[in-house]
Amino acid sequence: MARIRAFEDAAETASQGGVQVWGMEASAVPAKVRGPLHLSTGQEAVAAGVCINLRRDDLLTSTHRGHGHTLAKGADMAKMMCELYGRATGCNGGKGGSMHIADFSVGMLGANGVVAAGIPIATGAAQALKLQGRDSIVACFFGDGAINRGPFLEGLNWAQVYCLPVLFVCEDNRIAATTPTKSMTAGKGAAARARALGIEAREVDGNDVEAVDRAAGELVALVRTGTPVLLHAITYRIKGHVSVDPGAYRDADEVERARQDDPLLRVRALLASLGEASAAEAIDADVKREIAQALATAEAAPWPAAEAAFEDVISTGAGQWR
Amino acid sequence: MALTRMTYSAAAGEALAAAMRADARVVAIGEDLGRGGVFGQYRSRAADGTLRALQQEFGSSRVIDTPISEANIMGAAVGMALAGLRPVVEMRVIDFALCGMDELVNQAAKNRYMFGGQGRVPLVARMPIGLWSASAAQHSQSLEAWFAHIPGLVVVCPATPQDNHGLLTAALNCGDPVAYLEHKELWGLEDEVDIGARIELGRARIAREGRDLTLVTWSRTLHESLSAAATLAGEGIEAEVIDLRTLWPWDRDAVLASCARTKRLLVAHEAVQAAGFGAEIAATVAEALGCPVRRLGAPRIPVGYAPTLESQARVGADRIAAAARAFLQR
Repeated sequence: MARIRAFEDAAETASQGGVQVWGMEASAVPAKVRGPLHLSTGQEAVAAGVCINLRRDDLLTSTHRGHGHTLAKGADMAKMMCELYGRATGCNGGKGGSMHIADFSVGMLGANGVVAAGIPIATGAAQALKLQGRDSIVACFFGDGAINRGPFLEGLNWAQVYCLPVLFVCEDNRIAATTPTKSMTAGKGAAARARALGIEAREVDGNDVEAVDRAAGELVALVRTGTPVLLHAITYRIKGHVSVDPGAYRDADEVERARQDDPLLRVRALLASLGEASAAEAIDADVKREIAQALATAEAAPWPAAEAAFEDVISTGAGQWR
Repeated sequence: MALTRMTYSAAAGEALAAAMRADARVVAIGEDLGRGGVFGQYRSRAADGTLRALQQEFGSSRVIDTPISEANIMGAAVGMALAGLRPVVEMRVIDFALCGMDELVNQAAKNRYMFGGQGRVPLVARMPIGLWSASAAQHSQSLEAWFAHIPGLVVVCPATPQDNHGLLTAALNCGDPVAYLEHKELWGLEDEVDIGARIELGRARIAREGRDLTLVTWSRTLHESLSAAATLAGEGIEAEVIDLRTLWPWDRDAVLASCARTKRLLVAHEAVQAAGFGAEIAATVAEALGCPVRRLGAPRIPVGYAPTLESQARVGADRIAAAARAFLQR
């Protein structure tokens, strides 16, 4: 959790400054992280609590807010920072950026710029695993906004029809872009919709990492028996929709309450109560070193060669003419 | 060379069956596949000579019947491909593929590139196109230009049983997402097929030689074009007919070489003419050779149900011949 927070804080700092946007002049100091940066600040307990229960050979699909899932699945932080900087040494070779960050080597099949798009992909990956007789599972993260898109229904129905090993995780930060989800969602939400299809679903306090870990552990065990389940983790997005968005449309008291309920504060208090405050400090020191190294690596890394723009697109006759 | 007489539909079925026998990673996924596909195109010939559904040979875990969930069919195929399978996706008619466009355009086509080559999506999306049996506005479209416009997609439009065998085999082997567009009025077309013939994606075929103009076409309009060329030959006009076969990558060399000889290009296709792929070919030839070009496609109207309306959207041999005569001022 501390690694995710530190990574996103550093990325946010690096995203400030000059990107010419909406007719405004770029400032003298160019931003190092240029593209849209969707931060999961305040939601780290969901990524950490779920992914600690996954194996390296399990697969994962993510959302546009996917740094936490990627780190928690085991991706290399320096390669991720290089990707946010758009450098050739990034995990996507500089072709994806924050919104498409992926590390297939740890089973992380990609963040996604389209809400709910990871859901059908997760079901297909699970179907392939089942057909191949592999005992891995797929964790499929999506937000509360995604449950109002068609692929949510199509994907859940599909997973249940074929008894696929998918852990659906609705990471409910209670706001879809800039609109409170409650105002746009009929019925009782993600878990109720899953149960309507006969899928076991559980709700959990997504800011309580112990509770998320416990629930995810039980559900992952169930998924490994060959059935889809859904975990509805309720959390709160402390920052705006995207890094340039101050989120001023929200009630200040509500945001302040969320800051008091920060899952990192909670876990620190828990560690202190267990007499493990020094363990937290040691983690903080490690994270500080790791972040400094990731930033230095990204600063020094080369840009992708222009020719790379024409690579990794279709092989068949591609590049003969443009 | 062993020739077997088969239909356009059966040719694809045989190609798919052969691929599934050779490679356990090849699976088929879509609605109504269990009974052989909605057009019977998921069948192959059994030892006793009868056509049987592929599911009987390969089982329901490899020939997968699905709910009516086009978005999930296409999206699941992306996930399958990333996890090591080579899925063939059935969309019934291309009009329904529009329910899975995010999954095809934003997911399948972008995956390899935007994730920096970490994964590949070797899926073949079979999305039948074209006018068929008074099917009106939502079951008759030819949308190949949409897919040719998307970097990351291969676009294939087979016109003959031989090509539906050879090009489907090539599509299954190409390793990238393929928009594979069979024409619904060609299912029953019969011809001799050499199942050993290998066809390369991106290679056009000169279907008829001629010196007076180059007529570039694909899919069902090939047959209309050949019919027009026969009529024109009786009038002393020799049209060279090129079946483009693959729209992306398209065989620019073959088209330019032909136009360099004939000095005139006419492109004919069933899709709406405005912003059709014929415009791309015409522009390319005009830029490269400066020779006169003409396009012939459907008017920009939805396909109507009644024969008098539907026929307005048809690009038949008579219209093609008339366009050629006007072009040559004969």
